[in-house]
Amino acid sequence: MDIHASTLSELSAGLAAGEYSSEELTRHYLGRIEQHADLNAFITVLPEQALESARAADQRRREGEAGPLTGIPLAHKDIFCTRGILTTCGSKILSNFKSPYDATVVQRLDAAGMVLLGKTNMDEFAMGSSNETSWYGPCQNPWDESRVPGGSSGGSAAAVAARLAPVATGTDTGGSIRQPAALTGITGLKPTYGRVSRFGMIAFASSLDQGGILALSAEDAAHVLGAMAGFDANDSTSVDRPVPDYAGDIAAADLGGLRIGVPGEFFEEGLDPDVATAVRDALGVLEGLGATLVDVELPHLGLSVPTYYVVAPAEASSNLSRFDGVRYGYRAEGVSDLLDLYRRSRGEGFGAEVKRRIMTGTYALSAGYYDAYYLQAQKVRQLITDDFRKAFTKVDVVMGPTTPTPAFGIGDKTDDPITMYLNDIYTIAANLAGLPAMSVPCGLVEGLPVGLQMVGGHFEESQLLGIAHRYQGATDWHRRMPEGY
Amino acid sequence: MSLTREEVEKIALLARLEISDEEMSGFVENLSNIIDFVEQLAAAPVDGVTPMAHPLDMHQRLRADDVSEADQRDLFQQNAPAVEAGLYLVPRVIE
Repeated sequence: MDIHASTLSELSAGLAAGEYSSEELTRHYLGRIEQHADLNAFITVLPEQALESARAADQRRREGEAGPLTGIPLAHKDIFCTRGILTTCGSKILSNFKSPYDATVVQRLDAAGMVLLGKTNMDEFAMGSSNETSWYGPCQNPWDESRVPGGSSGGSAAAVAARLAPVATGTDTGGSIRQPAALTGITGLKPTYGRVSRFGMIAFASSLDQGGILALSAEDAAHVLGAMAGFDANDSTSVDRPVPDYAGDIAAADLGGLRIGVPGEFFEEGLDPDVATAVRDALGVLEGLGATLVDVELPHLGLSVPTYYVVAPAEASSNLSRFDGVRYGYRAEGVSDLLDLYRRSRGEGFGAEVKRRIMTGTYALSAGYYDAYYLQAQKVRQLITDDFRKAFTKVDVVMGPTTPTPAFGIGDKTDDPITMYLNDIYTIAANLAGLPAMSVPCGLVEGLPVGLQMVGGHFEESQLLGIAHRYQGATDWHRRMPEGY
Repeated sequence: MSLTREEVEKIALLARLEISDEEMSGFVENLSNIIDFVEQLAAAPVDGVTPMAHPLDMHQRLRADDVSEADQRDLFQQNAPAVEAGLYLVPRVIE
């Protein structure tokens, strides 16, 4: 078996057994990144730094100080600030930005001894569902290079699916980890809002953004989450609550008596019938493992997309006001005055989708419209959250498809923003309610992967990961690899 | 069209974005469609519903007003497009 067909957990065992060194592993993955550069999964690759970190990890192992993640290569989505390294957020406006500090997530995984291979491609400022809004160009789906890998964490998803990295970080504001994980056949986890620090994670919509993981299995995600999660005084919304032993918890997971809520709203018009079949088959597997399926209702789910497209752009319009062409980032040349400097630096530095969202948010927050749009959306957000609260009085977890269809073609949905927005119809509600959610590969439709989505109660990551771990013990969808990789 | 070209021009000015003439008609159409799309929220049954500002019932954490950061001006200014003597340079604001 090729090394790169291994999961992170297997690589961890291989390193511990001395089957290979971290330096050998790192060289192997760097070689694969170079070999598959056409996927455009990476914005920055760091060969020298990675090999240096790998040698340090090997030294740490010799000294008996290695943990389960020490020496394991990883990729960070280019939204996480990395000290002294280009951090672009997929945008021209940050195309010359070398962060002066590390994000907390970067610091923590570095402290665990992980080896950073590079920074992955993404939709500009995480605004997109296909990786096509990146200033660095679209990223390809390794299952079919004419199709998108999803987004916004498209580069991270493509990199893990093509085994260019055993694991990658991502962020999820409306589905940006789960949707690309589903479309590339890997495991994605968006933790509870506040579980993972947002410090140094470039802000899009601060009440929705959450960092998480794209991995090859739930077990892998459990190991990485254990190292990433936890209180951070530098993030005012970080939750001060102990971090469970996720990897230990999932080993003990038992689905006997588990109540799975299946909302009818997840299976209505617009869902590809073959995706529906794959998801129902997966629910059948979970029933066979001891779970019970229960009908639940999420009556306001249909309003989640319009709610999101008020709340997220409003927060984005405020967050992105920091890009001014003065303190860092791109500055337009030959400007006449300060207003011209701001307008032209931002006009030339941002792409069309980012401008659309900034303007939507500016409009929704402007005098005379605030109550009709933003305040109304915050009320509907409460209704959607209450739907989940009610469902969780009857069931332990809610499940359905992650996406309505498998991966679509590059260029297919770029003309109409709203068609693109509707890709996230099943994923957005978990962000609005701050709930943890996963996507787990559960089948292939015409050779393309599809995902089962699981949404849990606040801070129930152990339960979600445990269910996914048992499912992956009974199925092998997560071990399927795209041909040619 | 729920938004006129003049309205979109005003929004672009408020957002400090320069939009070229070629781009403008596309934005007028897209933004109108987005605003029409989110209009469906108006019919939602929200009487007596408290607007939700945050996904968890949390209070803002406070901390002591202590100096916790070292001066890193030189490092930060390495990313600036134009600096001089520790100052950020912009076009003349006061004549």
